[in-house]
Amino acid sequence: MLKILKYSFFDLMRSRWSYVYFGFYLLLGVVLLFLNNDLSKAVITLMNVIIVLVPLIGTIFGVMYYYNSKEFTELLLAQPLKRSSIFLGQYLGVALSLSMSLILGLGIPFVFYGLFKSNAIWDFSLLLITGTFLTLIFTALAFNIALSNENKIKGFGYAILLWLFLAIIYDGIFLMTLIFFEDYPLDKLSLVGTMLNPIDLSRTLILLKLDISALLGYTGAIFKQFFGTSFGLVVSFVMLVIWVVLPVLRIMFKSKRKDF
Amino acid sequence: MVSIENLHKKFGKNEVLKGVDLNIKSGGIFAVLGPNGSGKTTLIKSVLGMVIPNKGTITVQGENIKKNSSYRHKIDYLPQIANFPSNLKVKELIRMIKDLRNHTNDDHNLIQLFKLEPFLDKKLGNLSGGTKQKVNIVLTFMFDSPLIILDEPTTGLDPISLIRLKELIQKEKSKGKTILITSHIMSFVEEVSDEIVFLLEGKIYFKGTISELKTKTNQPDFEHAIASILTDNHA
Amino acid sequence: MKLKLLFTAIMFMVTSLGAQTINVCNSCDVTSLTRAISLAKPFDTVIVKKGTYKEHNIVIDKPLTLVGKNYPVIDGELKGEVITIISDSVTVDGLFIINVGTSYTEDYAAIRVKKSKHFTIQNLVLEKLFFGIYLEKSSYGKVYHNKIIGDAVEEYNSGNGIQLWYSHYVDIEHNFVEHVRDGIYLEFSDNCVIKNNVSAENLRYGLHFMFSNDDIYQDNTFENNGAGVAVMFSKKIKMLNNQFRENWGTASYGLLLKEINDAEIIGNTFEENTIGINLEGSNRITYKNNNFTNNGWAIKVRGACYTNHFVENNFLYNSFDISYNSKVNDNIFDKNYWSNYTGYDLDKDGIGDVPYRPVKLFSYIVNRTPETIILLRSLFIDIIDFSEKVSPVFTPDNLMDNNPQTKRITW
Repeated sequence: MLKILKYSFFDLMRSRWSYVYFGFYLLLGVVLLFLNNDLSKAVITLMNVIIVLVPLIGTIFGVMYYYNSKEFTELLLAQPLKRSSIFLGQYLGVALSLSMSLILGLGIPFVFYGLFKSNAIWDFSLLLITGTFLTLIFTALAFNIALSNENKIKGFGYAILLWLFLAIIYDGIFLMTLIFFEDYPLDKLSLVGTMLNPIDLSRTLILLKLDISALLGYTGAIFKQFFGTSFGLVVSFVMLVIWVVLPVLRIMFKSKRKDF
Repeated sequence: MVSIENLHKKFGKNEVLKGVDLNIKSGGIFAVLGPNGSGKTTLIKSVLGMVIPNKGTITVQGENIKKNSSYRHKIDYLPQIANFPSNLKVKELIRMIKDLRNHTNDDHNLIQLFKLEPFLDKKLGNLSGGTKQKVNIVLTFMFDSPLIILDEPTTGLDPISLIRLKELIQKEKSKGKTILITSHIMSFVEEVSDEIVFLLEGKIYFKGTISELKTKTNQPDFEHAIASILTDNHA
Repeated sequence: MKLKLLFTAIMFMVTSLGAQTINVCNSCDVTSLTRAISLAKPFDTVIVKKGTYKEHNIVIDKPLTLVGKNYPVIDGELKGEVITIISDSVTVDGLFIINVGTSYTEDYAAIRVKKSKHFTIQNLVLEKLFFGIYLEKSSYGKVYHNKIIGDAVEEYNSGNGIQLWYSHYVDIEHNFVEHVRDGIYLEFSDNCVIKNNVSAENLRYGLHFMFSNDDIYQDNTFENNGAGVAVMFSKKIKMLNNQFRENWGTASYGLLLKEINDAEIIGNTFEENTIGINLEGSNRITYKNNNFTNNGWAIKVRGACYTNHFVENNFLYNSFDISYNSKVNDNIFDKNYWSNYTGYDLDKDGIGDVPYRPVKLFSYIVNRTPETIILLRSLFIDIIDFSEKVSPVFTPDNLMDNNPQTKRITW
């Protein structure tokens, strides 16, 4: 698996798209920091970018890579290699190269700006960690979609739809549900609703840092326990890990049964 | 060498293989023939483990291939469409495949044979179809495995390379290897193969030498023999 | 009348000149404060040397100066009030008073001033107290440099640090109050100045005004209280250059305004409070040059607030800048800096070319269904906020800052 990972990773690191992605984040970081000169504002803007764009890029890129490397995958399948190592290797190759672009692209301008001397370093590290998690999750989901759909167009369609659903539509439905049932105690429902969507989950993690003053304004006891203590942080991270593990398991399961 | 028993495979509702029994003994060149959609590629891919059969067992050199990947050390496979990661250079691809399998030094001879030296530093994405196919051939033949499977090996090759390929196949045969070929070029099949397997509608319609086929169909030449099978069965 | 005045003045001078000093210590002739006070003549000085004095109900009934050297401990043994001043012109200085009695029927204080004028209470340290310094119908006094450290747990059985009741013209400066119910509490007390105090970790409010007018509080720090400052039913209060920080919780505010008219709120900093300012029924207030940083809600308007002016403030990284619960707006927002502003300034005059709408639809939704707060900063919410911004339906459509600044305002 490590060999496959290595080749996929280096293949991607040299691809045009990695540069574009890296360049995009580099530019974003530079513009936010040096034209704006306001670290707190930059972190908030970055958060918005990360929870929306990282999943989108992860899904599109994952699906694209899978379909583009189909023949190469077939070549590998004829080699004495386990299927699970081929797909896991490719998956990790994509996910890690995307994460690298993200971390380096954003990290370099921030380091030059003097991040290590600033107290925003924790907020910023949290951003990068959630960004990496989102990349891992959405690339895995993309691989799942691609593995289940031979048709490229269909695969891309589902991938975009998945992103649209988790990034926007889910929250719309979520909001409607909360308003509709506003006469009932809702704090459990709202927390569970958050856990079931990795984008919401990452958003909550960042809220814990940026908007704790507002979150503590709400009365619910479970809310208080969740946001007021490190409990929320721990649960969110555990859920993020589960969100990575489940799609990866499905990749392994699905790839063992697929015909090429 | 390869034995297939009662092999069934469905893709959705489409039943492609309907109980194939086939025994391929060691040594010699076998051509798998059949009209489009008769299941040639499916059969080959089943042997390679790329397609997972619904029913039936396949053994390669006595080893059951189910949930097994190491038996593929004994197989060299030339896929039909050669499409490699476009960012890799030719020599990197060769190095990588060597890295994934066992080490070999045959690649140098093969590169010389197909005159690939000028392309070694080029990216695969920038190569022509024919050159890619040559790279494909190098990748396949550089290992010394007892079973070689070639899916449409002649695609895109110029006449000189075609001659080289034929020589190569004969050379491998002379080492006592088993070679499995699918092709649409009947003259090529007739020239190289010792025995043919004819697939029709998911079953083996005929297995034997070309002369046996000619006798069976009462046709003077190979191409007509094949054509007569098709017309007889579709009329 | 004139004669009488002159006579008093002469008497005053004579007695001052003949003022004596009485020393109190465990090995002196006088070993208790009560005895020293009864021995003293008006305008004498009583010096209390280092030591522990187990006394309570010490009544100072004549103009005296009571000075502790090296913080002598006055231990009330939880039996009741410790010192009660019922005379004008009394100074109490440098005592360490502990163990004030707790009662549900009487408000025992470490030190109480009753119907007296011209008092000075300074350099006291009060611990284990019920009420700290209680000024009752006493005016023209000074309360300086005291340190009051309570151990209040429940509101119903704890008292306030410094309490004023019908006491006017009192200066309260450089005090440090923590862990009591209200740090400083003013009821029916006008024209007081509260300056440079620190009030922290109190159960209810750091500073509390009720029915008190024309007071000024400035340069104070209110940190981590149930709520920073509550100003209720009062007029013409000036609130200048104070710090309101980390007042977190469900009903937690930096500043709570209720039925307040004609106040000035200038130069304050509101940082990391659940709600920076909560206002209800408050009119004609000027908010100028305040910093609102990292609050949950910078300003929450609960209704019936008219003709308030919010000018030249900085609103920085608040989860919500302004929240309204009605569609009507009669308040003016002008020339503020909003870190959430996304407009542009093409003519480079430092003023954004498109107006800023500080009230978001989402703040309206959160008011209605508080659990929806969990969707804060979601893309979906941004989209509905944007559509509301384009055509306001739920939020007041005339509520906007027409001259949003593009740079942080400095003053």
